[in-house]
This record gives sequence, structure tokens and C-alpha cells, in this order.
Amino acid sequence: MTDQTPSTGAPGPRRPRGSGGSHRETEVERLHRLEGASRVDQRRGDTRRHVDAATVAGLDIPTRPDPAAPPTSVAQSGPTGFPTPSGPARARRRSRRGGMTRFLGLLGLLGFLVTWQLLPLTGIVNPAYLPPASAAITDLFRNLGLAAFWEAVGDTMWQWLLGMVIAVTAAAVLGFVIGSSTVLRRFTNSTIEFLRPVPSVALIPLAVLLYGVDIESALLLIVYASFWQVLIQVLYGVADVDNVAMNTARSYGLGPFARLRYVIFPTTLPYLMTGIRLAAAVALILAITAQLIIGTPGLGAEIAKAQSGGSYVAMYGLVLATGLLGVLINLVMRIIERRVLSWHSSVRTEVVK
Amino acid sequence: MRMLKSVLYIVALPVLLLVIWYLATAFGEKNFFVPTPTLLAETFVDTWTWDRMTRDVFPSLTRLLFGIAGSILIGIVAGLLIGSIRWLRALLEPTLEFFRAIPPTVLIPVLMLLIGIGDDMKVAVIIFGAVWPILLNTIEGVRAMDEVLSDTTRTYGIGGVNRVRYLILPSAAPQIMAGIRQSLSIALILMVISEMFAASSGLGFTIVQFQRSFAIPEMWSGIVLLGIIGVVMSFIFQLVERLVLRWYHGLREIENAA
Repeated sequence: MTDQTPSTGAPGPRRPRGSGGSHRETEVERLHRLEGASRVDQRRGDTRRHVDAATVAGLDIPTRPDPAAPPTSVAQSGPTGFPTPSGPARARRRSRRGGMTRFLGLLGLLGFLVTWQLLPLTGIVNPAYLPPASAAITDLFRNLGLAAFWEAVGDTMWQWLLGMVIAVTAAAVLGFVIGSSTVLRRFTNSTIEFLRPVPSVALIPLAVLLYGVDIESALLLIVYASFWQVLIQVLYGVADVDNVAMNTARSYGLGPFARLRYVIFPTTLPYLMTGIRLAAAVALILAITAQLIIGTPGLGAEIAKAQSGGSYVAMYGLVLATGLLGVLINLVMRIIERRVLSWHSSVRTEVVK
Repeated sequence: MRMLKSVLYIVALPVLLLVIWYLATAFGEKNFFVPTPTLLAETFVDTWTWDRMTRDVFPSLTRLLFGIAGSILIGIVAGLLIGSIRWLRALLEPTLEFFRAIPPTVLIPVLMLLIGIGDDMKVAVIIFGAVWPILLNTIEGVRAMDEVLSDTTRTYGIGGVNRVRYLILPSAAPQIMAGIRQSLSIALILMVISEMFAASSGLGFTIVQFQRSFAIPEMWSGIVLLGIIGVVMSFIFQLVERLVLRWYHGLREIENAA
């Protein structure tokens, strides 16, 4: 065993692409790989024999050629002492483990809150700078009854939504147009690769000069940052279209629009959804950042006010609120993604497993 | 001929954009917000002298490097632990989800209180924002290990450090690299923001100073410099990634060569 040994199991992105570390993405990747691998096997058939032995050793035969099959290890229980159960026993254990997981997760959250509560109370950290958890949470609940708080949340969400809609629409349209032609892709590649790593916050001074504390300041940053996330994913997706499917569509006489609708779009949709999910998180970060630094209305501006006014309890309460908002956005995006991609095999196999 | 063609593909659009920019700004009345390309180039050379580089840019970059190194170290070590131990993952997952969802810039005021205004605060902010993609990707990478390989190493009695070195790390490497790539851009953003919020030196601070004194061309030159830093970072990362994942890309090519 050397580290040259490849592993089937690393369903790493074929090209480094942002995966928020979600299980779904790895599933998609694994599926692509498995489909790809099995396709290759059929197509290559006996050409494999011409490959030298070392390569064959390197070519791992997929352990799960059928993605819907339960993942059983070839090495059955016995030598390893790790049983690979299947059927009802496995389902029972799985459900029991689900309950256990939830319980442990709650325990972890509780442990975090208790630690936070005790740090200032025991005086390890100055309580003036870190109020106990109970104080911050009480303040958060007090906020929930205040109109000003909801107004700030509304402002934040409005900027987030508007920026997302603009960025996703522009990126999707451009992505489909550029991706569908090799010439255009090569023509724009250098510019895209150059503009993408430019940090969006570099534009903060420009936004301040152009728009001051108006909402457009935040929009400029949000749109710039989210746009690239979505565009890159759409380009990957369009490039991933299966040649055989494309040629089949052509020979069946499907026109360009029908091909876009029935071949390119379904292939690209999972990538597009990934891009949108990543952009959603980035857009929230930039909305709050713009409010914090520039002072556009919203939660970030409230935090800056609380900090400069020295009301630290309120500041921690607002930080908790932004965290909850982030969790909520992540959850909603996941749900939307599952709904939209319910036909996609990566989502379907999750139910089976 | 083919060489010429590929060079043309690379430079055509940037040159076209530069020409449009020049034509849009050079003629007609002087635009207050957008300098001409020639003026910007002159300003860039005048503004970012060696003296200013050592005073503002290098400290920023040092903080950035420390932050990135810290995130990679913490992310991979913690990710290996959490990914390998099931109960630990169950215990920490919701808490990590919550922390990841907090926009990292919000923590700048919090950390200013707890740590004070200094280099360590800025490094802490960078680590706190940039560690999540690496941590979560490492956890996923460890979990998605091939069961057969895992069982094989167990059967052969390969354990402990060797198991991590020869099985877990290579398995998770592509995922880890994807995480690091995301972290780089987050780290750069946080470096700038932390300097805009509370600092008396640094790249972010300088750019905001230019903007406040309405030194528009200087401000643009700062934006360009940040862009260049971002592009150079992404270029270096691609080189490193190609080295680290050489075996992996080779494998993919063999698999895809149908």
C-alpha cells in the first residue's frame, strides 16, 4: 500500500468545485462516477485487456455498480469483525441510530450553551465583554416582540432576495449561452478566471462612493459575489451533458430549443441548484457585511450600533439572530433543492439507503 | 498556428474590454468615478511603492497566511477526528451547523471585545471564517471512504498513523482540496473586512482611507491590487493542487479515457 493507491471511495469533485460539504453532492458525484465507470466498462469492453496490469490494478472496479443497491462491503463480516447487515435488522438499527443521533446533537448544543453560561459566571472571561448565554438568549426573545428588530430582518432579507434573483438570473442566462458554444467558452475563459478570485469586498469603497448607505450598495456586493458562484456551476453543468444523449436528440430531429429543454437543462439543474445554494450563503454574508461596514439598513447595522453604543448583551443577541437566520436559509435551500431535484437519482437513492 | 490561436483566445476578450474602457473614459467630459486606464496604471505605480508595501501590504499578507495555515491545520485535524468517530460527529454536528451559518464578519465586533484590536484578533477572525469549508469537507471525505479499502487495511493490520497516512488522507484529499479552495477566498475577504473595521494599517484600511479622502484613482489602484492578490492566490493554489492530487487526476483521466 502506498499513497499512490487510488480509492474508489473518495467521491471528490471531478473538478474542484465548491461543495458545502453536503452529503448530497458527494452522492451526486459518486453517482456520476459510477454511471461513468459502468458506461466506460460497457463501451470499452475488451479494450481493457490492452491496458497493462498495473493500470488495471489502479482501475478500481466500482464496489456498488448499482447505486440503488444497499452498500454492502465485499469483505463480509468475519475477518474484520464488522458485520455488514442488510434488511429489516439494518432498518431497525438505522432508526434507533437516528434517535440516538438526534439526542447526541441536542446534548452537544446544550453542552455549548452551558459552557458559554459558565465562562462569564466563573469569571474566566470578563462578564462585561461576554454576557452569559441566558442573558443573550433572553435579549433575543425580547427582540422577537419588537417592530424595529423585524424591520431590520426584513431589510436584510429583502436585500438578500433581490441580490439573489438578479445574480442567479444573469448567471444562468449567461452560463447557458456561453456553455453551449466551445468558441464562446474558450473566448471568455481567461476573463472569467481572472475576475472570479477578485474579492467582492474590494468593491466596498466604490459602492460607498456611488450609492452611500442606500440599498444598492449592498446589492452591488451581493450580486458580484453570488454571480460567479452560479455562473461557474452552470458552466460545469452544461459541459457535463452526455454526448450520446445529445447526438440522439439531434438525430431524432430535436431543435436547439427542444435540446435545451430536454437534454441540457435536466443535466445542468443539479449543478445550478448547488450554485444557488452556495450563492444563498454567500449573499447573506455579504448583505450582513455591507450593513456592518457601510451602514445600509439591516441586522448588520444594528450590530454595529449596539457595539459602538456599548450595549454588548444586545450585540450578542443580534449575533445569535444572524446565526439562526443563516441556519434557516440553509434549511430552506436544502428543502427547495430536494423538491426541485426529486426526480434526480441522487435524491431518490437517499430514500433507498 | 495553433499556438497563435490559443493565445488569441486568451487575450482577445481582455484586450477588447480594455479598449471599450479606454474609449468610454478618454473622450468626452472627465468621469469623476472611473479613471482612464493610463491614469490608473500611473497611479498604481506611484501609489504602491516599496515603502507602502512594507507598511501596509506585507503585514496584511502575513496575517492572511497565518489565518490560512491555522484554518488548514485545525480543519484537517478536527475533521479527521470528527469524521472517524461516529458519536463525536453526532454530538457536534448541530452546533457546527449553527456556527457555520453565522456570517463570519459579524464576529469581528465580538472578537474585538474578547481579544482586543490587534493582529491576533484579525488572524482569529480569518480562522473562524475560513475553517468551516475545510472542516466540513474533511468530515465528508473521511466518511465517504471506500469500505473495501477500509476493510482491507484492517485485515492487514494497518492501523494508527499508517492508516491515516496511507488510507484516510489520500481518500479524503480531493474533498479537502475543494474545501481549501473555498477557504482561500473567504480568508481574503475577512482579511480586508477586519482591516476596514478596526485598524490603523493594512490594505483594507488604506483603501478606505483613499475613499474617504476622495482619492479616486488611488482607491481604484487599491481595488486592482486586491484583485491581483486574489488571482495570484488562486493560481498558486492550482499549482499546489495539481502536485498534491497528481495521482488522482491521472486516475480520473484513465477512467474517463473511453
